[in-house]
Amino acid sequence: MKSVSWLLVIGLGVAVAACPSNPPPQNTTPVIDTAAENQRVRDSIAAAQAEADRLAREERDRIARQREADSLAALSRNAEGVRNTLAAMIHFDLDKSNIRSDDMGALDQKVAILQANSELRIRIAGHCDERGSDEYNLALGNRRAQSAKQYLVSHGIDASRIETQSWGEERPLVDGHDESAWSQNRRDEFEIISGGDNLRRPS
Amino acid sequence: MRAARRLGGLPVCGCAVLLTAQPLNRLTAQDTTAIDRGVRIGIIYRPGVRPGLVILPRKGGGLDSVRAIVARDLDYSDRFEVITLPGGDSIRLATPGSTGRTTAGSTRRATAATGTSVAQGTSLNYPLYQALGADFALDVTAAGDTTVATLHDIAAASVRRSVRAHLPPPGDADFRQAVHRLADQALQAALGTPGIAATRILFVRDGKVYQIDQDGADMKLVSSTDRQAMSPAWGADGRHFAYMEFQAGKGWLYLQDMGSGKRMAVSTTGTALDFTPAFSPDGQTMAFSRATEEGTDLYTINIKNNCCLRRLTVGRFSDNLSPTFSPDGQRIAFVSTRPGLPQIYVMAADGTDQQLFAPFDYGVTGSSNAPEWSPDGQSVAFHRDVAGTLQVFVLDVRTRTVRQLTSVGRNEDPTWAPDSRHLAFVSDRSGYRQLWIIDLDTGRIRPLLQQSGARLPAWSPRLSEAPSSTP
Repeated sequence: MKSVSWLLVIGLGVAVAACPSNPPPQNTTPVIDTAAENQRVRDSIAAAQAEADRLAREERDRIARQREADSLAALSRNAEGVRNTLAAMIHFDLDKSNIRSDDMGALDQKVAILQANSELRIRIAGHCDERGSDEYNLALGNRRAQSAKQYLVSHGIDASRIETQSWGEERPLVDGHDESAWSQNRRDEFEIISGGDNLRRPS
Repeated sequence: MRAARRLGGLPVCGCAVLLTAQPLNRLTAQDTTAIDRGVRIGIIYRPGVRPGLVILPRKGGGLDSVRAIVARDLDYSDRFEVITLPGGDSIRLATPGSTGRTTAGSTRRATAATGTSVAQGTSLNYPLYQALGADFALDVTAAGDTTVATLHDIAAASVRRSVRAHLPPPGDADFRQAVHRLADQALQAALGTPGIAATRILFVRDGKVYQIDQDGADMKLVSSTDRQAMSPAWGADGRHFAYMEFQAGKGWLYLQDMGSGKRMAVSTTGTALDFTPAFSPDGQTMAFSRATEEGTDLYTINIKNNCCLRRLTVGRFSDNLSPTFSPDGQRIAFVSTRPGLPQIYVMAADGTDQQLFAPFDYGVTGSSNAPEWSPDGQSVAFHRDVAGTLQVFVLDVRTRTVRQLTSVGRNEDPTWAPDSRHLAFVSDRSGYRQLWIIDLDTGRIRPLLQQSGARLPAWSPRLSEAPSSTP
């Protein structure tokens, strides 16, 4: 019985102590606790952030290292791809020098490459098929080279980065005397003059 | 050579065209009758108009090659009916040299540009040659170290003229040209007009410039580098030529001395694509085409002082190219794309008064290119796209009418002989592109060169002396 009384007294005491007769300490203590908690949260956020940053940095570095590794491993392949895109020929209709709509995409890709490689300078050479007059074809080839140059310049490429020339019908790509050969020979060729050592891909 | 006579049977329809189409014109020959309707063409071949000529055969004497070259030259002049003797020497009744001097009186008239001459051993059976249809007989003999060409006038039964020449030995670089000059003197003696035997033709093959005699002999490389060359053009004196060479993305113009082979770049060239050089007749000026960002335009430059670049055309949206001077130097014919397709235009040599030259039907007539003014000033030869292939045309400068000259295969880049009646041009009529020569008066056509790939021919002026001996 005696132990039960003790338990009751303790219980009462606890009950008295717990009763809301002393509000101020109850109020102040939680304020202090909140600030600390906020600080703690901030610290933890900062820590998490730092961790995230670190992870991100590591990831970035990893990606960069990976990219570098990739580009080192496949430098020639990538540069070759850019180079091929740059060198892709465009073609013309018989006795015409206007850019065909199906060639505009190819020229847009060249614009992007030229923008991504500010040191790059190119030469555009206009060619003709064998059907026209030999000497007139020099003038026509010149028109074809100029057409492509104007397209690139009108899309923001500095004109001083582009040289032009005409070969007329003197350098056929395909030997042959039919429309298949002629249509392949009516073309502009794109050649790197300088700045083509480390070609970057357009982003 | 008999074949030349057979031409007489060919052009019956040509004569019909002549009756209905045109007053008699100098440029009336045509290599075929298969021509599109609506194009004025014509063949005149008047049998008997051309004088008959016999080259007298001789046994021995070592001049067979001279005789053969002279005979071919005179045949290729297309001004004679060259008669081949059916029996060779057997037709020759009087032996030359030692025996007869029956017509001695008339030989006294004989003179030669080269100095004294007395026709020796010139007895001929004139009535016999007259019966064979000969108006002239040419006898080529040796007298010591000189070669004597004696021209007999058959109808007059006398020697018309005797020409002496010191020929270099056969095989010498100047031998053939010396023989050609002898042939030209014989032609001059017979007809009073200069010949074209002593001329050459420049052309391009595999990107290199070659020269060849008008009879197809002595082909020789003349361009001096491995770079690709185009558009050779003769200076009026026959001692220089110009051409264009591709170099580092540009077109360079070069002047080259025929004799020494030395060349020099035309000043101001090397900055752009310069092409189609053309000399003015006085040799002072070169006209050429220059392709830039603005297109292609015509310029002139003083090549004597290497100065004074002058722009003649401002095309902006059209190209202007392929200049050719009139023989008086006053005008330049050229190609302009201002009507949309290239056509033949003309202007004063200072660039003023530009106007259409060769008429065309807008939307119908094909591209016209490669004009060359004839040495006599009366005509401009050019080529024009006819139904997708090129044909040679001739513009009559006075009447401004055009005449289609060819219709077999693709025919292009005509160039005038100095007699203004022969044209060399490129044709694939035999299956591949090679050089051909047409005589506009008779319509006779012959291949100049058997090798394929020859193009852009340029016929020289008369070459009075071998350029190689007078650098």
